[in-house]
Amino acid sequence: MTAPLDPSPKFAEYAHPDRLVSTQWLAQHLDDADVVVVESDEDVLLYETGHIPGAVKVDWHTDLLQPVERDYLDGAGFAALLGSKGIGRETTIVLYGDKNNWWAAYSAWVFTLFGHQDVRLLDGGRNLWAAEGRELTTDVVEPVAVDYPVVERDDVTYRAFRQDVLAHLGRGPLVDIRSPQEYTGERLHIPDYPEEGVLRGGHIPTARSVPWATAVAADGTYKTRAELEAIYREGGLGIQADDAVITYCRIGERSSHTWFALRFLLGLENVRNYDGSWTEWGNAVRVPIVTGDEPGEVPAALRTAVAAA
Amino acid sequence: MTDSTDLPAPLAEIRDSFLELGERDRLQLLLEFAGELPELPERYAASPALLEKVEECQSPVRAFAEVEADGVHFYATAPREAPTTRGFASILAQGLTGLTPQQVLAVPDDFAMTLGLTRAVSPLRLNGMTGMLTRAKRQIRTQLHPA
Repeated sequence: MTAPLDPSPKFAEYAHPDRLVSTQWLAQHLDDADVVVVESDEDVLLYETGHIPGAVKVDWHTDLLQPVERDYLDGAGFAALLGSKGIGRETTIVLYGDKNNWWAAYSAWVFTLFGHQDVRLLDGGRNLWAAEGRELTTDVVEPVAVDYPVVERDDVTYRAFRQDVLAHLGRGPLVDIRSPQEYTGERLHIPDYPEEGVLRGGHIPTARSVPWATAVAADGTYKTRAELEAIYREGGLGIQADDAVITYCRIGERSSHTWFALRFLLGLENVRNYDGSWTEWGNAVRVPIVTGDEPGEVPAALRTAVAAA
Repeated sequence: MTDSTDLPAPLAEIRDSFLELGERDRLQLLLEFAGELPELPERYAASPALLEKVEECQSPVRAFAEVEADGVHFYATAPREAPTTRGFASILAQGLTGLTPQQVLAVPDDFAMTLGLTRAVSPLRLNGMTGMLTRAKRQIRTQLHPA
């Protein structure tokens, strides 16, 4: 039992039209018993200032991360979280959030690691919903808890770790989603904001720079399939259908937004998100970086290892 | 209550008002602070020179500390879509304004971490408030000892 699809012609063009819904569709399906709307924001208080009626909140920092290791919830933790929000394994989840759905896409990626089948994004996110003058409410939502099964997280299909990225060099595209200044290495972090700072600036060798915003239209919705193809496939990055692709940014949230576009809107089968991203790579011992505008080459020592593998 | 011998009274009161509440209510209190952020004085409202250049991941916040005859003033503005940032700025505006420069410089750098918000808000986000405090101190030092 999943909710009907949004029949919008724009979505029909995508490889997986079932992965996006429009604000209009959501307004019509807010009361569906098999739909749970989830807000995931950068700002931890934004939901409390007003949210889509009936929406529950899932916060990346405080709900999805487990504080001891730099990792996500385990299967039991995930089951407890989703069950407490009234989400069952068959529920249609519609995620939305601030900042062009960065954190909503991050949640969508984490939910997908646990194999939740029906995870959709509200195209345009919170901003578009608000800009259209649609209702936001401060009414407290108290979901009825349901049972969610304990499913182990799949860290292979859509998630890349540092060693996976090292092994990937020279074998497939790497997409760097950060700002051009971060890519070249001019910028390490914001003055007085050392929290995501790193020791070294630059990018992973061979990575191509496609800042996340390239994928969105002025209103924060994803660009059309044809536009996305032109950016990432022929005439753009040149990604082939059978390429293995890895996306990364600084902590993995902006790259989730691009991961979602590559995996579900363009339908590439093999796309992984490197959540360690630059906060790990820029600080890691014995991993190579490249500074400046050029993607750079795979270091010779690594090439040998790749050839021998 | 924690020992507040070193913390100026306004900051100690703010901290204690957070610590008196349960964790969920602390978020509501932070939201109340967000709603109380004073408007920028007219002379700053149109002064782009004060606009902090921020990373795209961060909420644009303008924050500035000034040493005036009656003590320090902390001014800040942040968009409505960034209530957490507004809350942080509002705490500092209420807690630092009126202190002597020396008192502000003596505020512990980890003040943000003492409000009982590390679980509800997360340490990473609280670093944003620490950054504002760090910047305020730097601006005060610069005004006390112009290069």
